[in-house]
Amino acid sequence: MNSSKPFAALFAAALIASLGAGAWWAGAMGAAFGLFALLTIGGGLICLFERSVVRSAFALLSTFLGTSGLFLLLGSDFLAMAQVLIYVGGILALLLFGVMLTPPDLGERRLPRVFAALVAAAAVVGLAVWRCADVAAFRRAGALEAPRSDAEVIGVAFLDPTQYLVPFELAAVFLTVALVAAVYIARRRSIDPDSKAAP
Amino acid sequence: MGLGAYLCVSAALLVIGIALMLARRNILYVLMGLELILNAANINFVAFARFSASPLDGRMFAIFVIILAAAEAAVALAIILHVVQLFHSVKPSAVDRLRE
Amino acid sequence: MPLPDFDPTTDFTLLGVAALLPLVAAVLCWVVGRRLPGGGGFLGTLATGVAAAIGLFLFGHALHQSGAGGEPFRWFSREHGLSFDVLASRADAPGPSLPFGILYDGLGSAMFAVVTTISFLVHLYSIGYMREDPRRHVYFGNIGLFTTAMLGLVLADNLLLLFVCWELMGFASWLLIGHYAHDPLSPRRELSARAATKAFLTTRIGDVCLLLALGMLYSHYGTLELSQLWRVVGEEVGRNSGVFPEWLLWTGMLILVGVIGKSAQFPLHGWLPDAMEGPTPVSAMIHAATMVAAGVFLLGRSYPLLAPAVLDTAAVVGAFTAIFAATVASAQNGIKAVLAWSTISQLGFMVAAVGLGGVVAGMFHMVTHAFFKACLFLSAGSVIHGSANEHDLSRMGGLRKSMPITFACMALATMAIAGVPLFAGFYSKDAILQVAFERAAVDHGGPGMFASIALPVAAAFTSFYMFRLLFLAFFGAPRTAHQAHESHWTLLVPLIVLAALSVVGGHLWVATPMDLFAHDVQPWFRELVSLTSLYGTPAVGVIHGIDPDQSRAIHSSALAVSIAAAGLGLVIAWLVYVRNARTPSPSERKSHALSRAAASSYHMDQLAHAVVVAPVRSLARLCAGVDRHLVDGAVVGGGWAARLAGLLSAAFDRVVVDGAVNALGALVALCGSLLRLLQTGRIQQYAAFALIGGIAAAAWLILSP
Repeated sequence: MNSSKPFAALFAAALIASLGAGAWWAGAMGAAFGLFALLTIGGGLICLFERSVVRSAFALLSTFLGTSGLFLLLGSDFLAMAQVLIYVGGILALLLFGVMLTPPDLGERRLPRVFAALVAAAAVVGLAVWRCADVAAFRRAGALEAPRSDAEVIGVAFLDPTQYLVPFELAAVFLTVALVAAVYIARRRSIDPDSKAAP
Repeated sequence: MGLGAYLCVSAALLVIGIALMLARRNILYVLMGLELILNAANINFVAFARFSASPLDGRMFAIFVIILAAAEAAVALAIILHVVQLFHSVKPSAVDRLRE
Repeated sequence: MPLPDFDPTTDFTLLGVAALLPLVAAVLCWVVGRRLPGGGGFLGTLATGVAAAIGLFLFGHALHQSGAGGEPFRWFSREHGLSFDVLASRADAPGPSLPFGILYDGLGSAMFAVVTTISFLVHLYSIGYMREDPRRHVYFGNIGLFTTAMLGLVLADNLLLLFVCWELMGFASWLLIGHYAHDPLSPRRELSARAATKAFLTTRIGDVCLLLALGMLYSHYGTLELSQLWRVVGEEVGRNSGVFPEWLLWTGMLILVGVIGKSAQFPLHGWLPDAMEGPTPVSAMIHAATMVAAGVFLLGRSYPLLAPAVLDTAAVVGAFTAIFAATVASAQNGIKAVLAWSTISQLGFMVAAVGLGGVVAGMFHMVTHAFFKACLFLSAGSVIHGSANEHDLSRMGGLRKSMPITFACMALATMAIAGVPLFAGFYSKDAILQVAFERAAVDHGGPGMFASIALPVAAAFTSFYMFRLLFLAFFGAPRTAHQAHESHWTLLVPLIVLAALSVVGGHLWVATPMDLFAHDVQPWFRELVSLTSLYGTPAVGVIHGIDPDQSRAIHSSALAVSIAAAGLGLVIAWLVYVRNARTPSPSERKSHALSRAAASSYHMDQLAHAVVVAPVRSLARLCAGVDRHLVDGAVVGGGWAARLAGLLSAAFDRVVVDGAVNALGALVALCGSLLRLLQTGRIQQYAAFALIGGIAAAAWLILSP
């Protein structure tokens, strides 16, 4: 999977397929959905099957971007932006730092395990989906309202005491705690793994 | 585009995230899988919010999930670095001090 | 000289005293004899001398009593209140009683006199013969005990007392035969011991049978009194018209076996020649005159109890023994061996006589045999003593000149035993032959015919071997360098007395010596010991079917035959041993197979050893082996079993009980070790388990209706 030529061909094929299928189903919106869905799931698959950690991390970038796009299609531009900012800018960067700070891994050779895990998970999820997702009930009569930018709504909701002010403040506290904790845990010190001295 | 499509994507992403967590022999993959699962949950929330009467609630929840994911990722990475330093390995199976 | 009248009490007391005096002397000899001069021999001689005097005196009384006519002479002390109850039951609590009393009749009086006389003479002889023996006091004690036992047997009025004395005699005989076994210097010590044991054990066979017979009689009739037994048996047989009941026939056979054992008849004769290991006076007393005669005496006492089949068997056994032993005696080289086999042969004559119905003849022969056989044995002892312990005839010779008195006595006794007319043995032997011929004439075959042929032949052999002995020992040139000398007077006096008795003993039978046919006058013995006097009935034992003329003819032929037999033997012996001066040498003995076979008594000893001794020994070894292996093995096995049980129990406890406990522990450990597999410490596996758990819960929630 590491040689670029078949990969490029595969990617191109997948792109065309998803775009085509989306467009056929729901027009331009569908094509966009197909694109973003491909990005999301494709990134995930690559991350799953890629031997190198760095490449897997970068495949995550595609996933996050795809998710952001899906958020956009779902009418939430704020979330899309927040997703990009935080996930890609924060978490992904963190992951990459982690990759860099950890010793290199020789990579794995055993992939059937992966498939087995996939199958198992798919079975579970498929079961749930099959039973729960009577999605027809969720199709509302009439057309969906046009999406509007909801940044203002969300901001107001955060600061409204009757809505989400308290969780917002708590989230801030929480983030502070997490920040301090992370710094504390990751401070540099020389430690012998087998000594009895408390860190 | 119906709700179902988004749910399928979400479901697929969930499956992939679980597979990453369980099957890859590198601690960082566990973290990655965790993020994917959270992302899948977020897609679910937002999709249901879009098709429901009050879209705000779903999106607010998704924002909080993102907040928590970020905090969790930071702390988790700190722990991972510490663990890797202690056990001199990135394999999760190396951290088996609690085994009998 | 008129004799005083009989007083039964006095006489019985005298008899009791006479019988017990030798025992008193014996005890004294045993206890203090070592310190007494002569080893206490004079005590025994004195005692038996007194007893002999009493015996002869009372014998005279008996003769007088029977000669007076009227009822036969037979006294029971019990009737006069002189009896000793063995069971001692009180008068007010009547129970079984076994009174011991005295029966004194004609036969008893004759035997009593004979036994005491011969015992006295033997005691006298022993004083000289045993002069150098260091244990002579023991010897005199034993002989005294023996004398008392024999007298007790003669006087017994019931079979149990008779049996007790029978056994006592056997015991005393064992002591006496084995006398030299206790002498550490004697080279024949082992042979003595073995001979004594052989004698005892062989007669034991007969004793056991006799005891069984007594038991059967007692269980059937409840009494062992002779007079009562004669009466009830006679009644029972009379009721069955002369047929004896089966059990009584077998009882009689058992009694006969006892007689065969004690009187050394075939096949229980082997002990008598070996018993010559004892001192010569012992041979004279026990094995010539008294003990072996006890068997014949018992035959006489129990005659009415014996069925005709038993009597026929006795006749055949006796006749066969007579001729068998006579042939063996002819080939013996030891002087005492010849006499021993001669005794067996003569006892065969007596047993045959009683079996053929001639009870009186047999008893008379017993008396005369006592005289001349004792004389022969004592003479042989004198010869041995004078020839420095020489026993072998082939090394003697010419003793006629160096031991004249001994020669004279022995010659007289030899003529008596050979049946030379006018000597004592002639009459008794002739009487027996007459009985045999009469039975043969009546039965026309059967035991009578067999005896009629065997007995004369045996008589011829008797004459032959006795004269052979006489010629070899006393005639010809001396074959040894040792100069023999005549014996001491204490040895010679008994010889002379016995020789004299051998000559004149016939007078007991006939009143005048020339009365060969003994019809016209009252013969003392025949009146004293008639059948009527013996058993109270005249019918017992009489040979029926003979009229006087036939009887006279038979008597003539018997006379002729006996004289011819005696003469034939004498002539042949003279021809062989005097005229041709043949001497038996060891090589010559080997040359003739028959004489060799005869000399070894036809290998009877080996046969007896193979048939009786060896099986008994192997049986004893088998029993010992059984005891060792089975019994001890069972005990040891029991111990092993207990130990095994203990081991099994311990193993069970260890394996099962502890095992169960351990298994529980192991099960828990197993479960633990299995569950431990879940605790891998790997977070991804924990996550997988959580996932599976979550799947299960979700599935249940989703799928449940």
